[in-house]
Amino acid sequence: MKKTIKGMLALTIGLSAVLAPAMEVCAADRSYTYNYDWWGDVQDSPDAYSVCKVFTAADLGLDLNLKSPEGMFVKDDMVYICDTGNNRIIQLERTGTEQFELVRVIDGFRGGEGNNTFSSPSDLAVSEEGDLFIADKGNARILKLDQDLTYLMQFDRPVDSSLDEKSAFQPSKIAVDTAGRVYCIATGINKGLVKYENDGVFSGFVGATPVTYDFTDYLWKKFATQEQRAQMEAFVPTEYDNLYMDREGFIYTVTDNVTEDDLRAKTAEPVRKLNLMGSNILVQNGEWPVYGDLYWGEGGGYSGTSLFTDVTVLDNDIYVCLDKNRGRLFGYDDQGKMVFAFGGNGNVNGFFRQPAAIEHMGHDLLVLDSLDSSITLFVPTQFGSLIYEAVEQFDDGDYVASGQSWEKVMELDGNYDLAYIGIGRSLLRQERYREAMDYFELKYDADNYSKAYKQYRKEWVEDHIVAIILVLLAVFLIPLSIGRIREIRREIDSADIFRT
Amino acid sequence: MIAALKKKETYQHYFGSLKFALYCITHPLDGFWDLTHERRGSYAAANTILILTLMVRVMKLRYTSFIFLNVYWEELNIFLYLASVLFPLMLFVVGNWALTTLFDGKGRLGQVYMATCYALTPYPLIQLPLMVFSNFVTVDEAEFYSALSAVSLVWAALLIVAAMAQIHEFKMSKNLLFMFVSLIAMLVMVFLLMLFFSMITQGVAYFISLAREIMFRL
Repeated sequence: MKKTIKGMLALTIGLSAVLAPAMEVCAADRSYTYNYDWWGDVQDSPDAYSVCKVFTAADLGLDLNLKSPEGMFVKDDMVYICDTGNNRIIQLERTGTEQFELVRVIDGFRGGEGNNTFSSPSDLAVSEEGDLFIADKGNARILKLDQDLTYLMQFDRPVDSSLDEKSAFQPSKIAVDTAGRVYCIATGINKGLVKYENDGVFSGFVGATPVTYDFTDYLWKKFATQEQRAQMEAFVPTEYDNLYMDREGFIYTVTDNVTEDDLRAKTAEPVRKLNLMGSNILVQNGEWPVYGDLYWGEGGGYSGTSLFTDVTVLDNDIYVCLDKNRGRLFGYDDQGKMVFAFGGNGNVNGFFRQPAAIEHMGHDLLVLDSLDSSITLFVPTQFGSLIYEAVEQFDDGDYVASGQSWEKVMELDGNYDLAYIGIGRSLLRQERYREAMDYFELKYDADNYSKAYKQYRKEWVEDHIVAIILVLLAVFLIPLSIGRIREIRREIDSADIFRT
Repeated sequence: MIAALKKKETYQHYFGSLKFALYCITHPLDGFWDLTHERRGSYAAANTILILTLMVRVMKLRYTSFIFLNVYWEELNIFLYLASVLFPLMLFVVGNWALTTLFDGKGRLGQVYMATCYALTPYPLIQLPLMVFSNFVTVDEAEFYSALSAVSLVWAALLIVAAMAQIHEFKMSKNLLFMFVSLIAMLVMVFLLMLFFSMITQGVAYFISLAREIMFRL
């Protein structure tokens, strides 16, 4: 309904474009960080993050260069990197703002039967107790080691009749919950996440994506021969590409297996937040769905949609998705509204060649580039810090302070929609409805506006109830009394006693 | 003309015919018959209704609550926006008249125009209060707005159908057929216009490039 007017305008303009020479849209140089406004227009923004330092093997004091590293995990001050190509894991400790120190290089473990080295380890997770879980992809197992690298147990190929016997088990990404249950994404398994209990028993698949297909595909398939059908895409759930367990135990998953049509039709879910039942509970209250870039035009040799390869969830529920197509980072808040977008492909600091993993350390972000074999450390700028401050103050119930923080954000960037809505929400909580309405109206937030307006209207009616009743009475009584007076006058005029 | 404007009867007739629109929209069959056959309608009133419709349509852009209507002002061209009413109206009137006149339709071009304009009456009549109303509702109550808005459009559409039947003195089946054919005629006209304009563009472009070429060679 809201969009119709824009659609109609587009149509009329499209018509006029046929008649008039095509209008030249001027694409000026864009800022590093950007955002989308309500209309979906790109709005330049101050940087939310700046590159603190890019770390290569030499900076980290390693003997060998990282070779196509795929996985990264952060626990407190420790950073673990899966140096997949070198079959080893590197543990670093952050000792200063822009300083990492090598703790150890893990290339094997003690105990266990047989092979106690790794083969293409692709992901790693550390449990609350400090046990290491390693997706030992090449050896088709997930290892559980204690802090001293002693073998504890391993999680093997799931025993399930629905799996193809001949296919290899390739655990590529893992997450561990507080109870020690392991969730695993394995290459070639599209039934969802492989879930193991903490005793190593496979207990089923969780969170498979709903199967979508369009009707024309279905029809084609009906009339196709066996061979043709084999060539076609199968209607199967999509595989996940990565997962992240947030501090509350919800699993965020991302997939790059999305088509442009599905995204536009809002049937694809590139980012999902799974609850215990495995259903998607990601909130998408933003005007635009969570799928990264809204426009997929070819530029700089890259076309197509944003392809999320990893996600990390900050403690304030802002999650940052990593797009491997254009090398960008997209931050979304808990309402699914875009907080920032920045990055790109390139060799300059702050740009990537093949980003593979993203992690956060407090508010700082770490991005692992598997082709560049480097880690980029981003620290929030004043702008970014203020946004986080405002979000966190709001979550803590400190609405006045949150409103003030948002106002500071707005001073830095007057085109930042979330600042207006943030101020509005803070005013709403302070019961200053009239002012809140103005802020929401400026950024077209109909839902919050309605919340504020409803209260405002209620208050207004309560304050003016006497006047309203008087007006209503007047509306009914005045015509009545006028009629009555006329009647009396007529009666008097026509009364017998005045007749002479 | 000026002399006529000074007469009181002129205004009486004008307001009478304008008021007749209210009778038309509530008693379409009877009303639209009288509109032309009893000369109850006037072009002045029809134009007034059309201008009111356009005005309400433009005012809606500004004064409807943002919950229902958001305008991308940067891309809004008010003339194109007005044309989005006038152009289909013109196409319909011309298309309908051109076809019905070949098939025993009794209405003349002006009468088709007048009746169509009269049939638009529910639009300003409902949309104007609705525009004010929209500023006093929340998203939860948005259905009222949408429903009433739909009523105004459906009402107007039904009135156009009824009006055409009465002016052309068609039976309903024949009338519905010609409404449908009018729509096709509108499409054909759009096609021809686009063809015409693209041809003109190409033709102009040819001469421009020719001139450029000559200037280049000189």
